[in-house]
Amino acid sequence: MNAVPAAPQGPASHGPVSHDPSASHGPAPHGPSASQGPAPGSAPGSSPVAARERGILAAPPELTGAVTHSRLRRGRRRRLVVLVLAALIAGVFLLTLMVGQTFYPLDQVVRVVLGEDVPGASFTVGRLRLPRAMLAVLAGACFGLGGVVFQTMLRNPLASPDIIGISSGASAAAAFAIIMLSMGGVQVSIVAIAGGLGVALAVYLLSFRGGLAGTRLILVGIGVAAMLDSVTAYVLSKAPQWELQEAMRWLTGSLNGAGYGTVMPVLVALAVLGPVLLSQSRALSLLRLGDDTAAALGVRTERTRILLIVAAVGLIAFATAATGPIAFVAFLSGPIAARIAGPAGSLLIPSALVGALLVLVADFAGQFLFGLRYPVGVVTGALGAPYLLYLIIRTNRTGGSL
Amino acid sequence: MRVLWLLLAAVLTALLGAASLVIGSREVPWTDVLAALQGSADNLNQAAVTKRIPRTVLALLAGAALGLAGAVMQGVTRNPLADPGILGVNMGASLAVAVGIAWFGMFSYTAFIWTAILGAAVTAVFVYAIGSLGRGGATPLKLALAGAATSAALVSFISAVVLPRADIAQSVRSWQIGGVGGAGFEGIGRMLPFLIAGAVICLLAARPLNSLALGDELAAGLGERVAVARAAAALGAVMLCGAVTAIAGPIGFVGLVVPHLCRLLIGVDHRWLLPFSALTGAALLTASDVAGRIIARPEELDVGIVTALVGAPFFIYIVRRQKVREL
Amino acid sequence: MTGTHRLEANGLTLGYRDRIVVEGLDLAVPPGRITAVVGANACGKSTLLRSMSRLLAPQSGQVLLDGRQIHSMPAKELARTLGLLPQSPLAPEGITVADLVGRGRHPHQRLLSRWRQEDDAAVAAALEATGTTELADRAIDELSGGQRQRVWIAMVLAQQTDLLLDEPTTFLDVNHQVEVLDLLTDLNRGRGTTIVMVLHDLNLAARYADHLVAMAAGRVHAAGAPGEVLTAGVVRTVFGLESRIVADPVSGRPLVLPIGRHHTEGADRAGEHGAAAGMRERDALQGGYARQPEERSSPGEPEA
Repeated sequence: MNAVPAAPQGPASHGPVSHDPSASHGPAPHGPSASQGPAPGSAPGSSPVAARERGILAAPPELTGAVTHSRLRRGRRRRLVVLVLAALIAGVFLLTLMVGQTFYPLDQVVRVVLGEDVPGASFTVGRLRLPRAMLAVLAGACFGLGGVVFQTMLRNPLASPDIIGISSGASAAAAFAIIMLSMGGVQVSIVAIAGGLGVALAVYLLSFRGGLAGTRLILVGIGVAAMLDSVTAYVLSKAPQWELQEAMRWLTGSLNGAGYGTVMPVLVALAVLGPVLLSQSRALSLLRLGDDTAAALGVRTERTRILLIVAAVGLIAFATAATGPIAFVAFLSGPIAARIAGPAGSLLIPSALVGALLVLVADFAGQFLFGLRYPVGVVTGALGAPYLLYLIIRTNRTGGSL
Repeated sequence: MRVLWLLLAAVLTALLGAASLVIGSREVPWTDVLAALQGSADNLNQAAVTKRIPRTVLALLAGAALGLAGAVMQGVTRNPLADPGILGVNMGASLAVAVGIAWFGMFSYTAFIWTAILGAAVTAVFVYAIGSLGRGGATPLKLALAGAATSAALVSFISAVVLPRADIAQSVRSWQIGGVGGAGFEGIGRMLPFLIAGAVICLLAARPLNSLALGDELAAGLGERVAVARAAAALGAVMLCGAVTAIAGPIGFVGLVVPHLCRLLIGVDHRWLLPFSALTGAALLTASDVAGRIIARPEELDVGIVTALVGAPFFIYIVRRQKVREL
Repeated sequence: MTGTHRLEANGLTLGYRDRIVVEGLDLAVPPGRITAVVGANACGKSTLLRSMSRLLAPQSGQVLLDGRQIHSMPAKELARTLGLLPQSPLAPEGITVADLVGRGRHPHQRLLSRWRQEDDAAVAAALEATGTTELADRAIDELSGGQRQRVWIAMVLAQQTDLLLDEPTTFLDVNHQVEVLDLLTDLNRGRGTTIVMVLHDLNLAARYADHLVAMAAGRVHAAGAPGEVLTAGVVRTVFGLESRIVADPVSGRPLVLPIGRHHTEGADRAGEHGAAAGMRERDALQGGYARQPEERSSPGEPEA
């Protein structure tokens, strides 16, 4: 702020300036701002104009303090939300390990988690419930992250990867690999990931026309998703009865049959791509101001966008390869996180946590709440409709934008 | 000129209808086709053709209904991307039928049709409400997103309804992919009154739709009762979609592609556009059905899949052609 | 940091795909002064501004900042010297004023670095300078058009750079227009901030600018002090409008009085014309220098 003053400063700056002293510089009221009076903390008796002139050079320390204070206050809410969410996840995580057809008390569960050999519990908790719960948390976090990145970048809460075709690509590829090519295990994962990335690339290229427009990307994605969904439906209709259960996963998403083999790739993907996204969180929040503004603030918009897309699509594809497209988790996590954490600060971590919690709770509910075992995707999918209703009601009340 | 196009479309539709009778997994000579049309089923060839007759009729009717409904929906919403599939209306009809079967033991065609129309209507209103939220009203972008999101939710609901009922899973699954293969004359007969009623409403709405195309305010200035006209036209379209979905399952993209092609050939006057869309829709759906039989020989590709494979690229083409500001 | 940087364009040719908008343009921005760019619709004003802030790469020619080509400078480094306020920036829903202004600190922050005292001080100064301290905790959506524009200016102020502004007075009532221009003048006189802005209103441009650039058909037609640039001949070439230039009784700067078809010089008596003629005169005025909707790059924020 080493200003090089072009003119002497005073309470009202019409001094003997070389250029024409504009009449509007006089102490005449400055529109509505004049009625706002001096800022809190500015010296009593100073006119708004004087306060403003001073602000041009440097902010008085007490004002800086106020800004710091209010920034910290906004940050505190977000931190609190993150802590509460993390605690809830830990709680539900342990609960899903304890509850099932046989109940194991907390101490046994903890001992199993710590690696001790507990007769009975070691198999049920260690081999069945633990990988399932881990996959729920990891996949939920991946969906939540990927979803909020797309929603923020495209500036539309409806534009999540499960709506614009990314998940559809992964699941169509997986269903095709299982039923038409009789693949299994790792092969299917690889095909699913390739499918997700390939579809994302195709959508990107198809919507690129003299620059990228978010609206066009969304619509092209919807078209591609419609096509892929019908491919998936066709492939499923060709499935023999015994493969149907396995293939149905690729329609709704399910955590059935989770083992450490499925958990590991998702864990690695989250460990690698998660930090990439976090490193871009500030640039992402600037993209929300519009491409021109972001670029003027020093964001390399095109490069940032590609990096964000690749990382988010990677997360979605890996998670989809492991669980199938768990409906609406990517769609719901971001808006829920925004609601509880407030608009300040990055939503990436809150959304990841919300996603993890959603999948964990929905899977638990799907297994034990309805008397019949529903795959997790059916439960989360059913949450989508009330959310859309909520959007209508909220926007009608506040008149805000979608 | 327009009459010429209309005649051409009629001829094309007739030819495709004939092709649909001839082409299939079994090669049938013309003599047998003619014999079968006269009601004879003496040999295998003639029996095969006899089976193809209701299928062809259904394809023609469903195509006409969907083409007409698409043109009306695009007119009502003033939205180039409106389509019963994209907007999730077909999926709403599917869910309603699935619920009817699973929870209320519904089995008659008439019940299917009423339920499907109800489901389609509720979904149409729901999607339109979401799509017109916020600034700028119902833009193509927001409507398409609302439709896609609603469809996804509806699919989950269908799974949830069907999953506990292994006994009905197979029959409900046919409502998730549209096809005309399983058609019989009974279903077609039950569907027909609804189609006729819907088509009459839609065709009567042609003139109001022309006014609506100028914007609500101007249409009101021209003496149109905007809300009434819009509701009536939408009702006609919903009846068409619902009835077709009840019998043939959700068939997407016919309603999207057809009106666009027709506008290119015949202009934007709905009095011409609507009948022309119906004819072209019949031609397109029949052609897709025939193509589905040829591509996957000796098996068949459901027509709903063929139309999606043809229609989605067309959808993307329309999106690319629009200026960003108009989306 | 401000008032010492030299920004110039040499032989600049700009366009979108095959459409050339600006051709062979030379321009030197006087440091520490207010420069206003005026011209008819679609003459390339906004395109020029976009290119000078690196948003649009030139097809030929160059933009130099202190002798360095800006299109080969690192994005953040440039953003520490030069800030741009686009015509219709987007405000994320629910964001507070202080938060939005804080976004302007981006070029000064490293990857993963923490928020520093210095950043808070810059935000506080920007709020104070624009008279928006009171609004710091309010959400952007709740503000009036004039307040919102001041907040956006605060955001680019927090960047602590010289400023490029694309029509900062668009969508504002006349009192808010004057308010914004006064604020920019405060900044220029107080801090020595170099300001380049595209303006639509010729008379406001003449009053507030030290240096006036009149563009026509993608070239600089005339540049210099408003008193020298703003002649009847220039207005005729640039806007295709007959006019008479008088001295502004308030500021002494030139004041452009358009001459429509119904009001020829001297023969002009208000009573002689019916209401219809008055209407047409207004239309002629708007055709002259009110903005036309089709030039807006996006519908933008409706004014509250």
